[in-house]
Amino acid sequence: MNRAQLEKTWDDGRGWYCRLSAVNHKTIGKRYIVTAFGFFILGGLMAGLMRLQLAFPRNTIIGPDAYNQIFTMHGTTMMFLFAVPVMEAMGVYLVPLMVGARNICFPRLNAFSYWIYLFGGIFIWVSFLLNSGPDNGWFSYVPLAGPLYGLGRRADVWAQMITFTEVSAMAVAVEILCTSFKMRAPGMSLNRIPIFVWAMIVTSFMVLFAMPAIMIASTSLILDRLVNTHFFDARRGGDALLYQHLFWFFGHPEVYIIFIPGAAFVATIISTFSKRKIFGYMALVLSLVSTGFIGFGLWVHHMLATGIPELGASFFTAASIMIAIPSGTQVFCWIATLWNGDVSVKSPMLFVLGFFVIFIIGGLTGVMLASVPLDLQVHDTYFVVAHFHYVLIGGAVFPLFGALHYWFPKMTGHMLSERRAALSFWLLFIGFNLTFFPMHILGLHGMPRRVYTYPVETGWATLNLLASAGALFMVLGVGTFLINVWHSRRWGAVAGDNPWGAAGLEWATSSPPPHCNFFEPPTVAGRDPLWDNPPDQPVVVGLREDVRDVLITYVLDAEPDHREEFPTPSIWPLLTAITTAGLFVGSIYTPWAVPIGAIPVFITLTGWFWPTGPDDGGTQPWPVTQRTLPKPNEAPAPGGAA
Amino acid sequence: MIQPRTLDVSELAPGGFGHRSILWWGTMGIMLIEGMAFAITIGAYFFLRTRSVYWPPPHVPPPDLRWGTINTLILLVSGIPNELAKKAAEKIDLQKVRLWLVVCIILGAAFNAVRWMEFAALNVRWDQYAYGSITWFLLGLHTTHIVTDFLDTGVLTVLMFTGPIEEKRFVDVSENSYYWYFVVLAWLPIYGVIYWAPRLL
Repeated sequence: MNRAQLEKTWDDGRGWYCRLSAVNHKTIGKRYIVTAFGFFILGGLMAGLMRLQLAFPRNTIIGPDAYNQIFTMHGTTMMFLFAVPVMEAMGVYLVPLMVGARNICFPRLNAFSYWIYLFGGIFIWVSFLLNSGPDNGWFSYVPLAGPLYGLGRRADVWAQMITFTEVSAMAVAVEILCTSFKMRAPGMSLNRIPIFVWAMIVTSFMVLFAMPAIMIASTSLILDRLVNTHFFDARRGGDALLYQHLFWFFGHPEVYIIFIPGAAFVATIISTFSKRKIFGYMALVLSLVSTGFIGFGLWVHHMLATGIPELGASFFTAASIMIAIPSGTQVFCWIATLWNGDVSVKSPMLFVLGFFVIFIIGGLTGVMLASVPLDLQVHDTYFVVAHFHYVLIGGAVFPLFGALHYWFPKMTGHMLSERRAALSFWLLFIGFNLTFFPMHILGLHGMPRRVYTYPVETGWATLNLLASAGALFMVLGVGTFLINVWHSRRWGAVAGDNPWGAAGLEWATSSPPPHCNFFEPPTVAGRDPLWDNPPDQPVVVGLREDVRDVLITYVLDAEPDHREEFPTPSIWPLLTAITTAGLFVGSIYTPWAVPIGAIPVFITLTGWFWPTGPDDGGTQPWPVTQRTLPKPNEAPAPGGAA
Repeated sequence: MIQPRTLDVSELAPGGFGHRSILWWGTMGIMLIEGMAFAITIGAYFFLRTRSVYWPPPHVPPPDLRWGTINTLILLVSGIPNELAKKAAEKIDLQKVRLWLVVCIILGAAFNAVRWMEFAALNVRWDQYAYGSITWFLLGLHTTHIVTDFLDTGVLTVLMFTGPIEEKRFVDVSENSYYWYFVVLAWLPIYGVIYWAPRLL
């Protein structure tokens, strides 16, 4: 085996043209993570501005119009530009490594999805800076966002940003599904797939089923606004409730799209730092899958206050309480793993323990909100704000921080400082509770969401000031984390291949991994390969080194099926993203942008697809013994892990 | 040190058809997304239906059956050359692939053309009632699919004539035929909703 040749084949190259053409999943994954974190910081700044404004009664730092844009940008950015993309980004980086593949399936589509996401984010933020930021809340309800009340381009900007991010999310979902189904290391049968990969499979399926709903919601919203359709216009037979159904049919699964990867981070970290196999692997996987199913039966609980029929309300209340069962199962499996494990509390584990506290409180208020009378009482108050921040920050952001501390050594080759990590954890943990716990009480006292100020007579001033002080701690916590990352990526202790003694395949290669991920693609003999594999576990040989040859395996038992030549870097995904962005942005101003803009999109897509020559991304001498391709029902090739 | 054993894969074929190929799984994913989009739009249609007493609204005749029904037949017939192109691709038979792809393209041009007539025969504008909006939306959503399917099959057909031809291009032809089936089959419920729901409900 010629390592230098292999690395030369898989290297995307240097220089600005190569950077724009890059297709390596690690490159794209890191870009995704950094970009999503950039949006996290922007969204956090918006939150800081809101807390500044609400710190004192009758504050006049921010006016009502700016405040509307700020809270909308905060919610929209956090949900669409941070939470979903960052989870998919972790999948883009980790899933191929965890299943022992050399790149993600459809690498050029992966590059395209990143560019389109980046352009969507830039588009909405530039609009915001030009005073065209959306101002109807992150769900942009009609009729407020409709043609009668939503003036200017603000709601259109929101609707098209949705199109950008959903295209990107759905592309990544398909890539991750194909990678985890067809590119697993030989021996990694379905019952040996790492928990995180299972979580990304469930998440990806949820994306495929949920995101079309929001695309239809935002498209019909923009059609109502631009070409006078009447989907949501009650005077002409439309109905505003249709919008709410479409939105929440996406919006509730969205919560689980964010939470399920978070839960898998927790399971992975707990297993590693308890130095034992995860307890109840099967129960955990089934919990993730059933959460994926039940997650689609809850959307109406966001609409309990709209006067839907009582039978419907009862059904969705029952489903909302039922979702606590798989979540509870997971919590008990985690506790059982910790119970007689040899637990060491390193920084990733700290965040997991913080997650436990916060998420369980959020889960409890969730069960409370599922009950119709309580929901009617606190609907649209700060109680709801407190609840979903406990669930989302507890369920997703804390596990994410844990995951970043856990996999940072793999991504950079350096360890984060434990001391700074602990400092940032405590600042975040205390700051979070200080900010959001008082909001429960404010909500019960009747403080509504989305008000830009409040009179002093309400008596809400002290708790609001407390919440604003907490936000300051959170800013310091995130700041400490950023300093830690910036400092450690250069000067942190050298990590080595497997600093935590973990079991996943991603730890079987160097830190950071080579361009081709694995010089010798691994095979696996158990659920936790690095703990289960015997010392002479087979490695895959015989893949070509002069082209990007990868091994494709069967879905169920991951027996070797065939080889596939993967694409090389290409500028076309970027060009296609540019033309697509032109179409999306243009369509806000004139419907003609769609047919006219489709022409450059067609040209760039054709350029992307068109083979540049038989040898580039192209043919290779076929073994004489197998002139024709195998048919679907032919027996698998001999081989497979011993 | 113990040397790992090896699993030699050099004899495996460089590709596979059907569910063996990653492209098949990718195509399935896309179908899932778009099938979901169709299903949700049909759901929205019936949701709006419950909000009106009259469907279609008074003085609006239901869409004329003629062009829609003709197009349904054309779409169904296009399944035949599509199947033959797929079979030829799996036998790596370039001449037959070329022939049947061209037939597909001709039928594709036909159903795209008839689609224009369909829009004209809806008897309602998109900006008249919610009924008109959802009817146009449903027909428009399917039209984007027949247009893109026509165009991408067109590009593939040109490629099969000009080259560079490689074995993996035949996998593309095979996967393209799955997508063609999807677009044809998705039309049947949409045809039922657009043309028959206003008559029967």
